[in-house]
Amino acid sequence: MNGYNFAYLDEQTKRMIRRALLKAVAIPGHQVPFGSREMPLPYGWGTGGIQVTASVLGQDDTLKVIDQGADDTTNAVSIRRFFARTAGVRTTTHTSEATVIQTRHRIPETKLRDDQIIVYQVPQPEPLYRLESSRAETRRMHGLADYGLMHVKLYEDIARYGQISISYDYPVMVNQRYLMSPSPIPAFDNPKMHMMPALQLFGAGREKRIYAIPPYTEVRSLDFDDHPFRTIRAPHACGLCGADNVYLDEVVTNDRGGRLFVCSDTDHCAERRAAGHVGAAAMQDAAE
Amino acid sequence: MYVTVKGGEQAIDAAHTWLAEARRGDPSVPELSLAQVEQQLGRAVDRAMGEGSLYDRELAALAVKQAQGDLIEAAFLLRAYRATLPRFAFSAPVNTTDMLIRRRISAVFKDLPGGQLLGPTYDYTHRLLDFSLAADGTPPAAPRMEPDDTTMPRVPDILGHEGLLEHDGDSDGEPGDLTREPLRFPAPRDVRLQALARGDEGFLLALGYSTQRGYGGSHPFAGEIRMGEVSVEIEPPELGFAIDIGDIVLTECQMVNQFKGSKQVPAQFTRGYGLVFGHCERKAMAMALVDRAMRAEELGEDVTAPAQNVEFVVYHSDNIEATGFVEHLKLPHYVDFQSELENVRRMRREAARQAEHAEAAE
Amino acid sequence: MTDDTLLSARGLTLSFGSIPALAGVDVDLWPGEMLAVVGESGSGKTTLLNVLSGRLAPDSGAVWYRDPAGRLHDVHAMPAPALRTLHRSDWGFVHQDPRQNLRMNVTAGGNVGERLMAQGARHYGDIRAQALEWLRQVEIDAERIDDLPRTFSGGMLQRLQIARTLVTHPRLVFMDEPTGGLDVSVQARLLDLIRTLVARLGIAAVLVTHDIAVARLLAHRIAVMQRGRVVETGLTDQVLDDPQHPYTQLLVSSVLHA
Repeated sequence: MNGYNFAYLDEQTKRMIRRALLKAVAIPGHQVPFGSREMPLPYGWGTGGIQVTASVLGQDDTLKVIDQGADDTTNAVSIRRFFARTAGVRTTTHTSEATVIQTRHRIPETKLRDDQIIVYQVPQPEPLYRLESSRAETRRMHGLADYGLMHVKLYEDIARYGQISISYDYPVMVNQRYLMSPSPIPAFDNPKMHMMPALQLFGAGREKRIYAIPPYTEVRSLDFDDHPFRTIRAPHACGLCGADNVYLDEVVTNDRGGRLFVCSDTDHCAERRAAGHVGAAAMQDAAE
Repeated sequence: MYVTVKGGEQAIDAAHTWLAEARRGDPSVPELSLAQVEQQLGRAVDRAMGEGSLYDRELAALAVKQAQGDLIEAAFLLRAYRATLPRFAFSAPVNTTDMLIRRRISAVFKDLPGGQLLGPTYDYTHRLLDFSLAADGTPPAAPRMEPDDTTMPRVPDILGHEGLLEHDGDSDGEPGDLTREPLRFPAPRDVRLQALARGDEGFLLALGYSTQRGYGGSHPFAGEIRMGEVSVEIEPPELGFAIDIGDIVLTECQMVNQFKGSKQVPAQFTRGYGLVFGHCERKAMAMALVDRAMRAEELGEDVTAPAQNVEFVVYHSDNIEATGFVEHLKLPHYVDFQSELENVRRMRREAARQAEHAEAAE
Repeated sequence: MTDDTLLSARGLTLSFGSIPALAGVDVDLWPGEMLAVVGESGSGKTTLLNVLSGRLAPDSGAVWYRDPAGRLHDVHAMPAPALRTLHRSDWGFVHQDPRQNLRMNVTAGGNVGERLMAQGARHYGDIRAQALEWLRQVEIDAERIDDLPRTFSGGMLQRLQIARTLVTHPRLVFMDEPTGGLDVSVQARLLDLIRTLVARLGIAAVLVTHDIAVARLLAHRIAVMQRGRVVETGLTDQVLDDPQHPYTQLLVSSVLHA
């Protein structure tokens, strides 16, 4: 891409975004409006995450991009290529080698370190949007810490279903002050955000909001004392590597109900297999 | 044996190659030139410029060609290009009184200084497919008339002299720019108009139509519609005076709406305003209707209809944002879906277990 | 303001354009007492209610509230967050149209529990138990706890609004024609309920009504308004049995006897 600045965005724009990021880090969980730019990828496809990554990326960084936990899904490929072309940075699929990780809808299983940054792609930054459609009103609610409406929704779930029915994009309270949308990660991943050593940055391009969780910050999923938050995962082990404590994808293998469950985090699975772990399906194959 | 699916990069490359082939179509058919698109699909070019927020006919023609005629895709290409351009000034408000008129009509006066000039309009065509257009040919020359030096005062100014039309806002100072600054509510009028000018023609048309059918409504009259060239001027601080940096074609619509008044303030008509790049009358008129509808609260009217809800209109008028988010549903969502699956499976197991207990108890 | 009033207003003035809605109104309210503000439509009584509760700012004059710790607050000088908190805890507002104060797409239990949750209640079982208790107190069948309000009758909606308002034991409740628009028999039952609850909980209330009979039934004291002024005030029975001001006399004599 000739004629484009490093990582596509001009330096003024990056400066504007970094100012927003600093403000976001100073007020954990608070949504900071920013002048989101039109990017060559469509709104809703990661423009917020891309703008944040472009603003923090340096020439010495190593970038990993995942979507649904995998490096090879088409949009992750597309975004990784975008940065390879516009920034020429080193890219990797190994979580432990990356300094910046841009993700859509998952947190890697491998524990992140305090020298890493994870950038989340956020479609809808406003955790209250389904309960209150006016942004002017939700802004007031955040300003006054007026979150009764969200607890009412949780109460209604228990009254109707016997349990809280939210399985992804599960709302959290950050630093005991701001209600935040963690982006559509599965509820299973929420606990990873609590006291994470890495810096967590969130970019919503279409809605034009940035927010952040500084390292080692308290992040609690909303619940009731007598209906505590619990994670949801398929109650199986990975057919390829045998892991039974990670998030799994369900793969349909035939039209007679055949199912295979495999790690959603492709890098984590590959590492386990390289270390010698073998799952039931792989073992069966070897026997045949 | 299940092998994790790989090859996303190759798939993307192949998809792009096929796309290029599909765009070109049958190679034995002559390729479209940008000049042909710009000249003979002028309305498509106008729309791409308007919604792309970038006035450049050649670039717009390229975008239309690259998008195979998908005008939202073309506008997206222009927007992305625009985002890389530096913004070094804002112009003085364009003076449409001095417009080099190609078309100028008013529905509120039978005749007025400068007259009713129809211009190159579809309005009175009979919508019959013209099969002569299937073959190449040159249309007969349109009759010419001597340019008239008669001034063409704008209808709002005519009404304004008598104080019949409300005064419009002052236009000093830098206008807001929602492509630079995040939108905040309440949104001032300049930012609302910017959103409408960039907004999707179909969306604005539907909203404008809704106001005519009773969803909010302000008894609009088309005070004036004019289309033609205006010069764009900026005043560089180093010079201290204004310079002309080029001409653009604009369509301007002034709607004259329901009068307002009270015991203290005598009745006056109210305004709605539309301004679009190129020849885009439908959108300019719709824009003027929606502009007026969004002023409902300011004018002390009840806000009851979608077109009067400023947040609703401004958030949903941008078709680039809209198509991005609607179409993003094509992206993989299987991780979240997996959670929902497990959730529903668990709830059903729970319900089945409770039903069993209830039966056993009987 | 005397030492033990709960709410006091002095010199309240408010005009809408050239129409004076309030023309120098003084109000005093003591803890645990119900004050009825009566008058025809256009008298300014609803405007007065809105100014007293901080929802509408007066052109001049002040409203003072004494909090449980005995501190005085100028209602119209309070920062918005503080006033909002007050409305969710110590104060309540019962609207004539219950739909204005209920979430129609939230269950009865959720509606009653909301103020508790807004104050930090985090035990589902407790919240539900309190909601059940309050539904019982306002005579709504416990089985309706998980029903949506849109299935409720007008009288039930009003009782649900009252439960939702009283669940945090407010010390002061503003009521705007709480029985307006209801059947006569439903009204009677509702009035009885309000009287019982207010007395039992020791709630102070300002009640706006055009209906003298409602004032007589519920209120300790009454203020009669005409064209933005309070023309007569005093103990309810005294004022209604022996009206001094000509307008009060007119109101009392024009009450239709059922």
